[in-house]
Amino acid sequence: MRGLQWFNALSAGAAPVAGLPASLKVADGVLGEQAVRFIAVVPDAANRFPRARQGEVGLLEGWGLAKAVDEAIASGDQRPIIAIVDVPSQAYGRREEALGIHQALAAAADSYARARLAGHPVIGLLVGKAMSGAFLAHGYQANRLIALRDPGVMVHAMGKASAARVTLRSVEELEALAASVPPMAYDIDSYASLGLLWETLTVNQIEHPTADDLARVSDCLQQAIKDVQNSGVRDLRGRLGAVNRAASSRVRELLREQW
Amino acid sequence: MTDLLNRHSFVELGARQRAKALLDTGSYRELIDPFQRVMSPWLSRQGVVPQADDGVVIAKGTLDGLPLVIAAIEGNFQGGSLGEVGGAKIAGALELAAEDNRNGVPTRAVLLLETGGVRLQEANLGLAAIADIHAAIVDLRQYQPVIGVVAGSVGCFGGMSIAAGLCSYLLVTREARLGLNGPQVIEQEAGLEEYDSRDRPFIWSLTGGEQRFNSGLADRYVADDVAQIRQQISQLLQQGLPAAQRSRQADYYLARLAALDAAPQIEPATVRDLYQGERP
Amino acid sequence: METLSFEFPAGQPPKGRALVGCVGSGDLEVLLEPGTAGTLSIQVQTSVNGAEQRWQHLFQRLFQEQTPPALNIQIHDFGATPGVVRLRLEQGFEELGHD
Repeated sequence: MRGLQWFNALSAGAAPVAGLPASLKVADGVLGEQAVRFIAVVPDAANRFPRARQGEVGLLEGWGLAKAVDEAIASGDQRPIIAIVDVPSQAYGRREEALGIHQALAAAADSYARARLAGHPVIGLLVGKAMSGAFLAHGYQANRLIALRDPGVMVHAMGKASAARVTLRSVEELEALAASVPPMAYDIDSYASLGLLWETLTVNQIEHPTADDLARVSDCLQQAIKDVQNSGVRDLRGRLGAVNRAASSRVRELLREQW
Repeated sequence: MTDLLNRHSFVELGARQRAKALLDTGSYRELIDPFQRVMSPWLSRQGVVPQADDGVVIAKGTLDGLPLVIAAIEGNFQGGSLGEVGGAKIAGALELAAEDNRNGVPTRAVLLLETGGVRLQEANLGLAAIADIHAAIVDLRQYQPVIGVVAGSVGCFGGMSIAAGLCSYLLVTREARLGLNGPQVIEQEAGLEEYDSRDRPFIWSLTGGEQRFNSGLADRYVADDVAQIRQQISQLLQQGLPAAQRSRQADYYLARLAALDAAPQIEPATVRDLYQGERP
Repeated sequence: METLSFEFPAGQPPKGRALVGCVGSGDLEVLLEPGTAGTLSIQVQTSVNGAEQRWQHLFQRLFQEQTPPALNIQIHDFGATPGVVRLRLEQGFEELGHD
């Protein structure tokens, strides 16, 4: 429930946005003096889709995120969008595959990317898990990613148990391997070494943010917004440059030379 | 029967041959070709044999005389999974195509998608590259159509199924499968009753190319034939940008999902009816 | 995974280069490029460990029939049988001949 806690803390006093699935929390609030839209995906025990009741990003969540972001774009004011990320996974289920969950998640990624291109600073605040397709739909299109430094904050393509099965390794073998291969690791500092984060922050109580925690995160979000606004850059090039992601830059250089 | 004999299978071609078959004769030029040995920096150190092009072919050329860049994924190498290098090749090519358009050069893009998604040996770098690919499709799509082709036999899964959903147009064959999650992963996560990964007819009935087309989740359903696929791509490119981008139809799909009785387990026909209505 | 190196006497380098195959199950990728006159050098990266002798014999048999051109050959092998290896190499040599 970290996502909900941080959403409630950051958006205290803000106007909730109605007309969206119950698994989405959306509010128009302020950070400092800046009007922003906060968006979080939260568990909804009564979700009509049973495989999406624990905070997973499923059909309603994907299309709903798209709608919430599209409304912000339609406002025309380039208001910053803060995606509060605590998503354990995409929804795994028969209904989901049959009804095209890939298309629902594409809609969410589409809207976030268009918001960014339209000049909205989009900031992803990672307070819990940011897993695979769920993160691609909710957060990964952000101009800036900020992660709280905590063992429960984790970015990955697949959970440990599943990854072990798929790669025919034991969980222990996978962990040993992950420790020596930064992109496979599950801890946030290894992830930070890939250059994908703009900032990592330490807080006192990640589950129940204190006033001090809230002030620190709020301040960091404002700095990130200003950084985007001052840079004028609307693409994701700011994520390139880390030693552990050198090949991504090298490939782009070569493509440009040979284009 | 003559029709069948005159066909040249597209599915049986490798990534490089596919790209060559789609471009105007003599216009094919590969970027970062395999002899440049830009390989995965992560596979060898994990004891996995790399491939010289990291499983992705980037080819520039023309189709009907107009500039086109093709990104073709080789499904036979590591299940078409995307790692850092292959992912960056696709993202970087799309980024340069968008830049071309900003400079007045009308470069279009075709993505040949045979992929299980993120390559787990490069996990977070594959995921990051796929986010870059999503960003680049949305950017390029402002100027020119981006066409996704899922021909088979690997199909298109994981984060790249989201990329397929972002394309201006999506072309599938009967050999195609398209879905976010692979059948085995769903079975692992949700149980056999929810999703039996060994029941092939069941899986094809839900995620196969024909069903996706009949549900309005793909734009063209084409036979596995080089000439027909090329012709359909050419037509779609000539159409220009679609009137309505599928991934921008949130109100429509939310309304359709609201009309669904989600309690019973779902059947393929329910999806077709829900998304397309009864069709003659 | 294992990386192996081999050298054989060769003739003159060809003009062109060639790529055949794919690192798919039971298959291999072969890159053939012009080398130094007189030498054929082969580097093999293979998923199957402990097969150096088999590669050596396979190459010997292949090159004793006819002196090969001077090449640098790189092989990425994903468990191909000797028959498939031979087929791919022959394909590669044939493609070189076309250029």
